[in-house]
Amino acid sequence: MARIILSRLFQGLLTLFVLVTITFFLVRLMPGSPYTDEKALPAHILEKLKAYVGLDKPLPVQYLTYLKNLIFEQDLGILLKKEGVTVSEIISQSFPVSALLGVLSIGIALIVGIPAGIIAAVKKNGPLDYACLAAAMTGICLPSFVIGPLLAVFAGLGLKSLNVAGWNSPADWIMPALTLGMVNAAYLARLTRGGMLDVLNQDYIRTAKAKGVPGWRIVTRHALRGGLIPAVAYVGPAFAGMISGSFVIETIFQVPGMGQHFVNATTDREYFLIQGLVLFYGFLIVGANLLSDLAQIALNPRLRAAA
Amino acid sequence: MTRRILSLLPALLCLAGCQRETQVEKANREGILIFGNSNEPKGLDPQIVTGVLESNILRALFEGLVSDHPSDDAAIVPGGAETLEPDATATVWTAKLRPNAKWSDGAPVTAHDYNFSYERILTPEFGAKYAEMLYFLKGADRFNKDLRGEILFIVNTDPLLPAELAARINFHGDSKVDLTPLGEAPSWDNLANDEHRALWVRSKGLDPLSKEQLGWVAQKPLEHFTWPAEVTVDTAKHVLTRMAEVHGTSLWSMAKVGVEVVDDLTLRLTLRGPTPYFPQVLKHYTWNPVPRHVVLQHGTMTQKGNPWSKLGKIVSNGPYQLKSWRRTDHLEVERNPHYWGADKVTLNGVRFLPISNSYTEARMFRDGQIHTTYTAPPEIVDLMLKENPSVLRQEPYVGTVFIRCNTTRKPLDDVRVRRALSLSFNQQEICDKILRGYKPAFGMTPPMAGYDTPHAISYNPEEARKLLADAGYPGGKGFPRLKYLIASRETAATVAQAIQAMWRKELGIEVEIENKEWTAYLAAMQDLDYDLAGSGWIGDFLDPLTFLEMWSDGNGNNLTGWTHPKYEELLKQSHQEADPARRYVILRDAETILTSEAPVVLVAWYARNYLLDPSVENWHPLLLDNHPYDVLRLRTK
Repeated sequence: MARIILSRLFQGLLTLFVLVTITFFLVRLMPGSPYTDEKALPAHILEKLKAYVGLDKPLPVQYLTYLKNLIFEQDLGILLKKEGVTVSEIISQSFPVSALLGVLSIGIALIVGIPAGIIAAVKKNGPLDYACLAAAMTGICLPSFVIGPLLAVFAGLGLKSLNVAGWNSPADWIMPALTLGMVNAAYLARLTRGGMLDVLNQDYIRTAKAKGVPGWRIVTRHALRGGLIPAVAYVGPAFAGMISGSFVIETIFQVPGMGQHFVNATTDREYFLIQGLVLFYGFLIVGANLLSDLAQIALNPRLRAAA
Repeated sequence: MTRRILSLLPALLCLAGCQRETQVEKANREGILIFGNSNEPKGLDPQIVTGVLESNILRALFEGLVSDHPSDDAAIVPGGAETLEPDATATVWTAKLRPNAKWSDGAPVTAHDYNFSYERILTPEFGAKYAEMLYFLKGADRFNKDLRGEILFIVNTDPLLPAELAARINFHGDSKVDLTPLGEAPSWDNLANDEHRALWVRSKGLDPLSKEQLGWVAQKPLEHFTWPAEVTVDTAKHVLTRMAEVHGTSLWSMAKVGVEVVDDLTLRLTLRGPTPYFPQVLKHYTWNPVPRHVVLQHGTMTQKGNPWSKLGKIVSNGPYQLKSWRRTDHLEVERNPHYWGADKVTLNGVRFLPISNSYTEARMFRDGQIHTTYTAPPEIVDLMLKENPSVLRQEPYVGTVFIRCNTTRKPLDDVRVRRALSLSFNQQEICDKILRGYKPAFGMTPPMAGYDTPHAISYNPEEARKLLADAGYPGGKGFPRLKYLIASRETAATVAQAIQAMWRKELGIEVEIENKEWTAYLAAMQDLDYDLAGSGWIGDFLDPLTFLEMWSDGNGNNLTGWTHPKYEELLKQSHQEADPARRYVILRDAETILTSEAPVVLVAWYARNYLLDPSVENWHPLLLDNHPYDVLRLRTK
């Protein structure tokens, strides 16, 4: 067990290093620079601005400086278009919002998606199954930029108690969490159904049935553990994605989360912010994958034996 | 935990249900305006930021020498200065500051604050992007451009070097020096030999050299650098020593920039020439003072990232002070108790919301969450015309939509081709069908400030076809397939498609629309790597110059490769003309040249479409859209 965790941690570190390196060079390949502005800057001012943050130095020097600051001082750097703001400041301000929204959404996704998947699998090819499948397909096909505004117009403008956008009171959490949660619920329902069907066709389930174990008990005690494995594998990375914010949800519902920074930092060529966000996201993904692996080992005795 | 929160949701819904009044109604009661401001401000330092949305916030926080009028852009309202008097030629302006003007921490606003601010924004090391706005001040450009040789030996006289001789020394560099022998991306440290170093120094000029580089030139001054014939070794050595002496020091006082503190409450500004419209320029936020004592308390004058303008530290002199700021959520200002006119301020505060999605913004408006939107996209204009026309505002705005032509490329180097493009599409139709409320543009400068824009082009496909035939492309035959660059923003693509279709129909030519992401689009335009580029320009102040100066040679916003000697000359003349009427005549002549030469294909004059809640009173249409907040009233039911 410890060996698995250690090797995964090592792999994770390696991944992060590669990620940081690739991002560093890729962002600098984009046309334009952080100083490309609507009003073209005079050359002599541009020089001063670049020299101030070290962007005038050769790329390898910039890269080594960045790594050095990152590793020894945990310094993610500064924003280039917003003077005096640090990357850590942006992340620490926006991540809690995204994390809250992500937790709510994954909660909705789990509560809706997994039972729906189980019901669909148990009632295979019945009307309930078709209803669940159809709903899930709709959820997957309708992107959040369609569901979100529809929800905002019908629920937000319709109900006086709900604001169409904003992030000021717990009531404001409902619509963004629903929008983000439902899309993932749809995926989870399909994965759970597939996993459950696999398990329900196995010999040991038939044995249990033959021994006269009641149907609901077969599902909860015997089938569920194995049937959840695909869903669990999905939930880890999905959760990391959800708590790091969603550009679409945030702009539709005016949520001060982290997702918008990914997009805006790229258009603004905020080199250090992109690098910081990618690293942070990579960190979450690596962590979530590790947890999801551990959960799978706990659920699947065969994996445990291999460990 | 998740489950527990979720089980609370129905309860939360009920709780929210009890809140009957909308946010706008609540804000009306509290006297706070909720303002859709499109995006997160880049900062609150008036000498660093450059955008419209930042200026919306700065207008609440800071006050310059003159202020905005609530219903008339051209009117001059005394602000930080009680009086502002020009001399006979409108070149020297004397401002008497208000004795009772105070910063929000209670400290008095003095002439030293203004002087400090102007030195700060112009200091080259500070790298202010908008420093050019202060080039109206005498000597400001040479100080900001760090023309050290000129400042040391021409502005100030030197006993060993006559100014006339100094004027011929290569201080600014020589772009004609061929640097190819130096290889790619040469830098001082990797130059192979003295010959290369000499080439390098000649191409850069003496101004930007470091102490070490100056020392190297001084070793053999006559061999390492090219001087005018009369310069002797001793004179050359003297020049180099003098430049090394002042290296790294600020030349502010030597540059003799036209800012003078006469006494604590008197500021004298000397301009580069007669500028009768100077008060209009002064309204721009780059001329706002910053609190010297606070800036210096948190760092040095020109320190990058000096935190003085952050929440909890910032001190301002306008009607409002910063109350709270949560990034990408809101920024709120409240009354400044120390403001000299505090008892006349009728609005208690403004809450700025950075709503980047204009459809979300419109939904929030319809839900009673904001008083005014930043914009209204065409679909929302249609919807509101049907649903609630009284809240829809469509007002002229000083801005122009145009298409830049890269005049360094064939066939756009031919004025006949550019004119053909200009005359052959129907601006009126584009304004009616796509750019709601915009007006067809027959000149670069939209109607403003009594200026009569010359009418040098009009829709005339007949004439356009003739011009194109004269240029060698009858019926569009043989005309290359040009690329029409646009940024993937707003209605740019729709406008481009309409123009593309009209050109195809009227001229028989084919252009290809090339859609780029914003920064890539700007980069392509600035590298002159385009054929045609859809663009726009919003005026900085209420004078035609803000639309005409950008097309002068070497201006960072020209980006078309177009220059015209007569145009340059007329602009220069206008800088020296004190009589406003005669000055407008000169500018009209210049604009006529610009429009007939058509380095840009004019499309339309801007309008601002937005939504405004009827409870907001004393809000009037303004050409520059700089609404003062302190005079607004919010009507409660």
